[in-house]
Amino acid sequence: MKILITIRGNNVAPRFDLTTEVLIALCENKQILGNPRNIVMTRPSSEDLCALIIKEDINMVVCGGIEESHLQYLAWKKIQVIDSVIGPCTEALKVASADILQPGTILPGAKQKENL
Amino acid sequence: MKSSSTFSLDKITASEILNGVPHGIAILDTDLRIVEMNGFLEVLTGFSNSDARGVDADFIIRSKIEDKSRQFRKVLETKQNLSVTGDILNQHHKKIPVHFTLSTLRDKFGTVAGLLVFLEDVSAQQSFDMKRLSPEAVDNILGHSPKMQEMFELLPLLAHTDASILITGETGTGKDMIAEAIHKTSKRSRRPFIKVNCGALPEALLESELFGHVRGAFTGAVKDKPGLFRLAQDGTIFLTEIGDLPLALQVKLLSFLDDKEFFPVGGVKKVQVNVRIIAATHRPLRALVNRGEFREDLFYRLNVLRLHLPPLREREGDIRLLLDHFLRKFNSGLNKNIQSFNSKSIDILTSYAYPGNVRELRNIVEYAVNICQGTKVQRKCLPRYLFSPAEVLKKPEPSDQETYITAKTPQEEQSDTAETKTARRTGGWQAVEKEMILEALKKSRGNRSQAARTLGWGRTTLWRKLNRHGLT
Repeated sequence: MKILITIRGNNVAPRFDLTTEVLIALCENKQILGNPRNIVMTRPSSEDLCALIIKEDINMVVCGGIEESHLQYLAWKKIQVIDSVIGPCTEALKVASADILQPGTILPGAKQKENL
Repeated sequence: MKSSSTFSLDKITASEILNGVPHGIAILDTDLRIVEMNGFLEVLTGFSNSDARGVDADFIIRSKIEDKSRQFRKVLETKQNLSVTGDILNQHHKKIPVHFTLSTLRDKFGTVAGLLVFLEDVSAQQSFDMKRLSPEAVDNILGHSPKMQEMFELLPLLAHTDASILITGETGTGKDMIAEAIHKTSKRSRRPFIKVNCGALPEALLESELFGHVRGAFTGAVKDKPGLFRLAQDGTIFLTEIGDLPLALQVKLLSFLDDKEFFPVGGVKKVQVNVRIIAATHRPLRALVNRGEFREDLFYRLNVLRLHLPPLREREGDIRLLLDHFLRKFNSGLNKNIQSFNSKSIDILTSYAYPGNVRELRNIVEYAVNICQGTKVQRKCLPRYLFSPAEVLKKPEPSDQETYITAKTPQEEQSDTAETKTARRTGGWQAVEKEMILEALKKSRGNRSQAARTLGWGRTTLWRKLNRHGLT
């Protein structure tokens, strides 16, 4: 399974349409394989991001807020979208790879001071 | 002892004040983390106060303001208020245009203790501006006929009261649009407008959706859910297809309409909300009352103000207006160069009964614009079923008539006459299709291949439809 997480700094980016960096990881049997790679986008754009998701053959997208039209588009492309996730991206990746991440999850790391 | 009671009172007062303001308010600490949000902001963002507390505001409010963090910090440093316009993306995947005002909060020693973020939802204002730009299309409701003019005159009066409204009318007459227009022109326009289809959800789920539930109320209720009534606080809740509301929930709705308070599922504490109710149905509520499927007391409670939307065939002159409107709309949308309808097609379109009303007319025009290759819509560009209007104007079935025979007040007698006529005329598409198949088979003397050709279908399609209608 290929997971893409929209990121800003060390956190899941608050908005899909304003994302300029993504993290892509490969998981198998609830384990992360190798090192995740980061891709920096030239500009924030939902359309470019959707194209990247399709091109990279992503199975699961973890993001913050996402507009209905893009959510529907990705669902139509049979891509699982876990939206409204708040917290550090490493924590999100860990929970997502274990297949237990739910939309709207506020991860414990989101409320920690050092996570500013 | 004295100071502790004052402190507690102050705390309650502050919370009351925050929740009493009809705009979103967030209090942030100096790290720009959420300390408190008011109820309006909870509705606006979709996050509850308890979940949001301690989280960086940017992840909860999810705004689009240029160089946001720097601007927020600048307010903390300079202690000068800042107003910016942007938008937020809420948990329901909706982008809402918002006007932000940021100001500092100081403690009693004058030190900056945090930031007050004030969010004003300007979507209503923007739609008002749009409306001013196109005064012809009052919220996209078009009509020059006397019946529609009467309704347009009634709309502001309905918007300025707070009483419940019951909108009746056939399917496709625009009940949803009217409800939204009433909300937008009412004093509640800046508060939420929530639409609920009473027929779309099973009873147990609908109760929880409408009235919310408390944690542990049933299996899977892992946390409190506010429910749509609470989310619509100070706004309007639009209950469409009210005739499909289960009896048990009708009792609860009636009790809410009387007391303006209710118990969430599994809750022991009553919740009070201030919500205006607009209900709509295409079903004859009075007949449902007579059959015991709809509570009489609820019917009278909802029927405070009643608005009956006329079917399209009773709106003289509006068919032409709507045809031109939708032709222009689809023409530009589909990048076509269609100028008008030719005389033959206009004759067919203006003499058709439109059992599906404006929705059906819109679909017919969309079909025609898609099919048409020239600059004028011709007869061949129209859907085939329009050429047999005699079948559409079916005689009423006994059950339909029965549905509408009820004891009526003189006013209702007048408005229900239209409904009765409709019930007589409308056989539904299935009935029309069945008639078309029978007619084609009659003409072809039972030859299915020929009948399929007449209908413009493949043999397999005809076979499938024959099966569906039980004609094999």
